[in-house]
Amino acid sequence: MMNSVLEIGAATHHPASEPDYTPIGELRAMQLQRLRAVVTRAWQHVALFRSRLEGRGLSPADIGSLDDIASLPFTTKADLRDTYPYGLFASPMKDIVRLHASSGTTGKPIVVAYTQEDIAVWTSVLVRCFAGCGLHRGDIMQIAYGYGLFTGGLGAHYGAEGLGATVVPASGGHADRQIMLMKDFGVTAMCCTPTYFLHLIDRAAEMGIDLRELPLRAGIFGAEPWTQSMRQHIEKMSGIEAFDIYGLSEIIGPGVGCECRQHEGLHIFEDHFYPEIVDPETGQVLPDGCEGELVLTTLSKQAMPMIRYRTRDITRLLAEPCACGRTLRRIARIGRRSDDMLIVRGVNVFPSQIETALLQTEGTLPHYQIILTRVQGLDQLEVQVEVTPHMFNDKIGALQELHNKLQSSLDRVLGIRVRVALVEAHTIERSEGKAKRVIDRRTS
Amino acid sequence: MKIQQLSIFAENKPGHIAAPVRLLAQEGIDIRSLYLADTQQYGILRMIVSDWQKAAALLEAHEFVVKVTEVLAVEVADRPGGLTDILDALDGTGINIEYMYAFPNLCGNQAILIFRFADPDAAIALLQAAGINPLASNELLKS
Repeated sequence: MMNSVLEIGAATHHPASEPDYTPIGELRAMQLQRLRAVVTRAWQHVALFRSRLEGRGLSPADIGSLDDIASLPFTTKADLRDTYPYGLFASPMKDIVRLHASSGTTGKPIVVAYTQEDIAVWTSVLVRCFAGCGLHRGDIMQIAYGYGLFTGGLGAHYGAEGLGATVVPASGGHADRQIMLMKDFGVTAMCCTPTYFLHLIDRAAEMGIDLRELPLRAGIFGAEPWTQSMRQHIEKMSGIEAFDIYGLSEIIGPGVGCECRQHEGLHIFEDHFYPEIVDPETGQVLPDGCEGELVLTTLSKQAMPMIRYRTRDITRLLAEPCACGRTLRRIARIGRRSDDMLIVRGVNVFPSQIETALLQTEGTLPHYQIILTRVQGLDQLEVQVEVTPHMFNDKIGALQELHNKLQSSLDRVLGIRVRVALVEAHTIERSEGKAKRVIDRRTS
Repeated sequence: MKIQQLSIFAENKPGHIAAPVRLLAQEGIDIRSLYLADTQQYGILRMIVSDWQKAAALLEAHEFVVKVTEVLAVEVADRPGGLTDILDALDGTGINIEYMYAFPNLCGNQAILIFRFADPDAAIALLQAAGINPLASNELLKS
């Protein structure tokens, strides 16, 4: 029965998904009209933007085509920090119905604001995300992103309700309870970070529960970059279809883009978020298909318009038509950020390489953290790996063998000497279910 | 005859043994034997406790990584050559002792040996054939 429902769902679009299929010409015209409106709004109400535009001798009237966006100044995370808390708001406080803030790992948090119209847009893009994943009224969706200042929980919640699904607002943490809810409530779709879902897979196995036997059929995972090997592992171990969802608080939260069932990139909801790819060094706009930094402009945001926001996420824009029929351009899966590359003793290291090595050795992804230090002028890279019940053994010899295996696999993948430390479970710091992957203690 | 032993992974840092031990004490769980196998970086705390199921659930609820393994406990006379009698029974049988440790039984002139075998059932058969009876769990806990 479930299959036939899915097929009908695939053949007839969810009504909220109509804008996904807007003819290209019509979409571009709408984008230009909305771009002019949002630039005008920011110019009228945001002092920082106005002074930057005037510094370039520009005014909103200079935007004649979509390509003219390249002449506008960028906005960066530092701008949000410098104008903390309300400096970039374009609406009076009486019109702002919601504030969110980033978890604030460095200094002050980043504050973002929404009017009622913004919340409606946010909900609508998330409905389009979930509908694109084949979800519909009748699905039971468990939201295991943290509810609170973090945009993940409430964002996904509104979207799932907007879709008409039955929402289980579990919020983050309490793995055993999450698994109990999934099982007892017959949850069909899970929203959380991919690393948290990996943890749930391991924990369910320890509890003697096979996720493949539950009604669960889809997972919508985001808020951190993940790899294709993680997807394969998740799908194999839990029997679900895993979708990558993309978003960031500065733009709106989750729902800027999402995979459809083709799984060949994430469609960006271009009628609300205008994507560009730029060279992260020079800021020059790159043609579709080239890898570079994703820059986003909010086309309809009221409370906090973001003009050319530098996401630091490295990807490509895929303009060729998708087999699903959506006219929205896609971005390739984000494997890394322009700022997560580590240079250790002159060698480029990406945390995703370490993840791949751990997955290959263990067949599961334990929580890990990379610690960089400098001893007598020489960089030291330590990978701390949490010992899971699956890895642990009461024999010292077996633990040492595991240690050696991890060591040689990491040395091989990275090409540099790495120190591996086995640490106790749950000792690596987590914030909102996102693991903090890298601690750089090198100075200068 | 098989005894459930709990093993806990612990980093080799000050205070890391105290936490699980304190937790068991608070819940009134008695530690009958305790042995720490260690390397420079980490250790394995092996314990036989009065209520292993309660202890395992308690430790897991506090996010310790716990493994339950079956070991054998054998009582020997606390005199020179006491251990040799046991080892002689296993000698030449091809059965391998993964590890072992011993502690004195304070109530008598006996020592208790804890053995971890890859195949505890085969070991029980060999020991019994040599007239050695591994202790049952309740015998160990009351001794």
